Amino acid sequence: MSEAIAVYKQAEQGSSLWQDAWHRLQKNKLALCGLMVLILEIILALLTPWLAPYGYEQQDLALGAAPPSMEHWLGTDTLGRDMLTRIMYGGRVSLMVGFIATAVALLIGVVYGAVAGYMGGKVDALMMRLVDILYALPFMIFIILLMVIFGQNILLLFLAIGAVEWLTMARIVRGQVLSLRQQEYIEAAISIGLGPWTIIRRHIIPNTLGPVIVYTTLTIPSVMLLEAFLSFLGLGIQPPQSSWGLLISYGVETMEEYPWLLIYPGLKLSITLFALNFLGDGLRDALDPRASKD
Amino acid sequence: MLKFISGRLLQAIPVLFIVITATFFLIHSAPGGPFSADRAVPAQVIKALNARYHLDQPVWQQYLTYLGDLAQGDFGPSFKFPGRSVNEMIFGSLGTTAELGLYAMLVAVIIGVLAGVVAALKPNTAQDYVPMSVAMVGICMPSFLLGPLLVLVFGIYLEWLPISGWGDIPGDKILPAITLGASYAAYIARLSRGGMLEVMTQDYIRTARAKGLPEHIVIIKHALRGGLMPVIAFLGPAFAGLLAGSFVVETIFQIPGLGRFYVQAAFNRDYTMIMGTTIFFSVTIILFNLLSDILATWINPKLRHQSGGAES
Amino acid sequence: MALLEVNNLTVSFHTRNGVVKAVNNISFTIDKGETLAIVGESGSGKSVSCYSLLNLIPKPPGKIESGTALFSGHDLLSMDEAALRRIRGSDIAMIFQDPMTSLNPFLTVGEQLIEPLVYHRSYSRTEAAQRAIAVLDEVGIKNPAAAYEQYPHQFSGGMRQRVMIAMALITEPKLLIADEPTTALDVTIQAQILALIKELQQRHNIALLFISHDLAVVSDIADKVLVMYQGDQVEQGSRDEVFKHSQQAYTQKLLASIPSGAKVGGEAKSANALLQVSGLKTYFASRSGSWFKRKKNLNKAVDDVSFTINRGEIVGLVGESGSGKSTVGRSLLQLLPVTAGSIRFDDQELVGMPAKSLKTMRRRMQMIFQDPYASLNPRMTVFDTLAEPLLLHGLATKKTVHEQVLMLLDDVGLARSSLRKYPHEFSGGQRQRIAIGRAIATKPELIIADEPVSALDVTIQAQILSLILELVEKHNLTMLFISHDLSVVRSLCDRVLVMHHGHLVEQGDTEAIYQQPQHPYTQGLLSAIPLLE
Repeated sequence: MSEAIAVYKQAEQGSSLWQDAWHRLQKNKLALCGLMVLILEIILALLTPWLAPYGYEQQDLALGAAPPSMEHWLGTDTLGRDMLTRIMYGGRVSLMVGFIATAVALLIGVVYGAVAGYMGGKVDALMMRLVDILYALPFMIFIILLMVIFGQNILLLFLAIGAVEWLTMARIVRGQVLSLRQQEYIEAAISIGLGPWTIIRRHIIPNTLGPVIVYTTLTIPSVMLLEAFLSFLGLGIQPPQSSWGLLISYGVETMEEYPWLLIYPGLKLSITLFALNFLGDGLRDALDPRASKD
Repeated sequence: MLKFISGRLLQAIPVLFIVITATFFLIHSAPGGPFSADRAVPAQVIKALNARYHLDQPVWQQYLTYLGDLAQGDFGPSFKFPGRSVNEMIFGSLGTTAELGLYAMLVAVIIGVLAGVVAALKPNTAQDYVPMSVAMVGICMPSFLLGPLLVLVFGIYLEWLPISGWGDIPGDKILPAITLGASYAAYIARLSRGGMLEVMTQDYIRTARAKGLPEHIVIIKHALRGGLMPVIAFLGPAFAGLLAGSFVVETIFQIPGLGRFYVQAAFNRDYTMIMGTTIFFSVTIILFNLLSDILATWINPKLRHQSGGAES
Repeated sequence: MALLEVNNLTVSFHTRNGVVKAVNNISFTIDKGETLAIVGESGSGKSVSCYSLLNLIPKPPGKIESGTALFSGHDLLSMDEAALRRIRGSDIAMIFQDPMTSLNPFLTVGEQLIEPLVYHRSYSRTEAAQRAIAVLDEVGIKNPAAAYEQYPHQFSGGMRQRVMIAMALITEPKLLIADEPTTALDVTIQAQILALIKELQQRHNIALLFISHDLAVVSDIADKVLVMYQGDQVEQGSRDEVFKHSQQAYTQKLLASIPSGAKVGGEAKSANALLQVSGLKTYFASRSGSWFKRKKNLNKAVDDVSFTINRGEIVGLVGESGSGKSTVGRSLLQLLPVTAGSIRFDDQELVGMPAKSLKTMRRRMQMIFQDPYASLNPRMTVFDTLAEPLLLHGLATKKTVHEQVLMLLDDVGLARSSLRKYPHEFSGGQRQRIAIGRAIATKPELIIADEPVSALDVTIQAQILSLILELVEKHNLTMLFISHDLSVVRSLCDRVLVMHHGHLVEQGDTEAIYQQPQHPYTQGLLSAIPLLE
């Protein structure tokens, strides 16, 4: 055994595609910044109850809407509530919706797409037909309808958003699996005598991971945008809870007198979306096998 | 080609049927009704109203009645605006939304394609980075944020442009169209850049250059068709997105369009109005998806022949 | 004065990882009506040097460092883009390797044909169309008026290359640069296209700069030959000087790598059948039409094929693309569903065998694939790839697997230190060695090799072929060797099967078939092979 270990150590350590991708990502400063901003925001969101300078419901009616000052770095809203505190709490909701709804989409989409792609033939045709039909539905309208009719339930919001976003994920995964199935190394695996599940686990899943990671990173911002959109229309998150979308919608009402109520939550949302998009773009460049040739 | 179009139209029928059925039962399975919100109205009046609009009948019977009316092109009367039919209200506000959508689409396609192609011609230079950074801002700046900011800057501080209305004051259509079109311009810019970059590495572009064609001919005649295929495929989904975006933009700029009606109808539980607008939106979205597919097929001769054009 | 005189051309590529000299100090001349061939393996810089002349290399990263290229007395390399554009497609025309991708799929053939006339010769569209139809006729396109209106995808590969040639010759250029113009084509089509190029060249007195990796083709067409290796000029001279009296080690190695002649040492094999195939049919159903009106088209990829392979034999299966030869290989291994027929391996029927028994049979028959870039899982190390079959079939334990994999590496001639590396860190030839290692890991009796050397350069090809022969001897293997390359098959195989359109048209001992082919298809195929004289 010790002999084997010695040979291991002698042997040149190869660099896997993942390591190569990580090196490429590290060269992409924008993507790294995005990653850093994102990690910072997640930590901030987790620690909000301890870090927030004021209580979430703490009002100072006498103060009213005040511009940024030493006491209130980002000013206060019309009820004298600290904007920084409200943006921090709103971020918890926005990020949570983004991550959970994306997780829902990821789960459904990957399983559905992988099954369709691996089964192929008629099962695949039928499953993808269903996706096509669902694609043709006006989903935005359905979500609005759902939210209006069944009340603004946050659980329903996750489900509704997740239900829209899984379609694209399923298509991507299915396309990947389908093209992988025709690869010669899958044929080689079959002719070695491996069973279908071993092939899926060892040969197919590791090779679909790249595009799935990239698309997941790009789904989170679009989910957050959707939540903000619904909240803006008054159909998403309901007071007393708040999210960036809701804060923006309040900000719009009073933007002429108190522009900071619009600008700060808007800035926060935009920065987060920037970070996620840059990271997603960076990951795509890093994981694209075509990029590895130069 | 005709076979392809008629085939696609046939496929749209079950989709539409699902939309109608799902929406109908969704609405009717919701707690409360259109007249329960107004507490001031006495119980017997509500009962009379329910009877008048057949809301006291079993849901499946209402469904069949509705389908029957629909087959004759009748969306029924509005619950909230007595005396006005849904048809009348949809067609009354349709023009405004269509005009807004058209301008936004023009903004999106013209600016998007131009920016994308310009960026793709000199990748990884300032000519690429500048438009693509602006595009990134466009993607990360949702319409409900961009709109108010534009109003704040151009309407309130600079006082260059009117901040609300539609067709009342000259120039009041500019900000809504930009607000609605901006993020789609950004998407299209990214798509057309990617498509052009891909095409410019193709062998047939090298062939065109080897023939000694001027560079603008190589780009416009040989590269553009292939490069814009992703954009064309995106037009269908973009249109669906524009419609949804019109809800917000019409609210921000107080434009009396269909989008605003829809949101109001949803809040008011105006059943027939919701049904009518949902069906109407679905039909237009399906039609636009079809249109973008037809366009893609028409531009690509390979697809054109596969879809039956060669035989017929 | 020479038509084209290139002096000291040096081209480099500036990448993130440093500067790579793609072409280093190359000089050559071509006279009117003369053919100069530049030969070399991939990465030798043969294409880059020609593309640089017309400023068709991507810039950046490409950069022409020095040199002159006098064309009718004017230096192409120092010319501005506008002046160069007037020469491209007018006095100097090009044809490319892949006719599938070199024509614009969005435009009609006619539209693409007339462009040089319209831009360089100021023809009106009607005049240009008339001339285009005449040229299409000259390059052997049937019904040229109809072809003028068609799109590239409506033509076969050979026909598209004819269109490319028509497009290049439509302005009657003085120099034609042909970059591997027949590499993507089947051997019979290749012969036709080469004959066409030669005929047109003579008729119009065109100088030809012919780029190729195929020495046999070059010996057939060239007056002068320039050999390149890794950007450097190895030697240059007349065809006879280079092919018959070369003093350069690299040229000699290149020539020696070309498989030629019959198999050496083909002693009599046993008549003990290992694989018996009878009445094998593999059909593919393809659907067309809309979702509502489905049409079922039956593609009879393999239709009623019967043959036997005896133990210890190497049997060649030859045919052109679309002949169904690869489908036979995959059907034998049950990688594709067989429509009808019987496949008996060591007297056991494989068709319809239950999965469990099939697994044990799979250990005894393995496959080597064509594309070493696609046949290895990019996310598995060499160790994982080679250990997988050993562990699966219980041929190794967790303790012994490491040692066994190292021995496999020795067997296929790879360094033991490459154990932890990933496929993308190897060259094509090394990857094929890994794939061969995987195939012999289970100590199989039968190996099906599907074009195992077609994707490789000729010197690498020779190495892999000798490795295969060595392993066949050492492990007493039986092999079905599928290939389109008739010379390779002749140098390797005891017997040959010839396929055409899904049918087995002829089979027999290699030399018997090569010397006296019976079937007209085999006769045509053999006469189309370009041979080194």
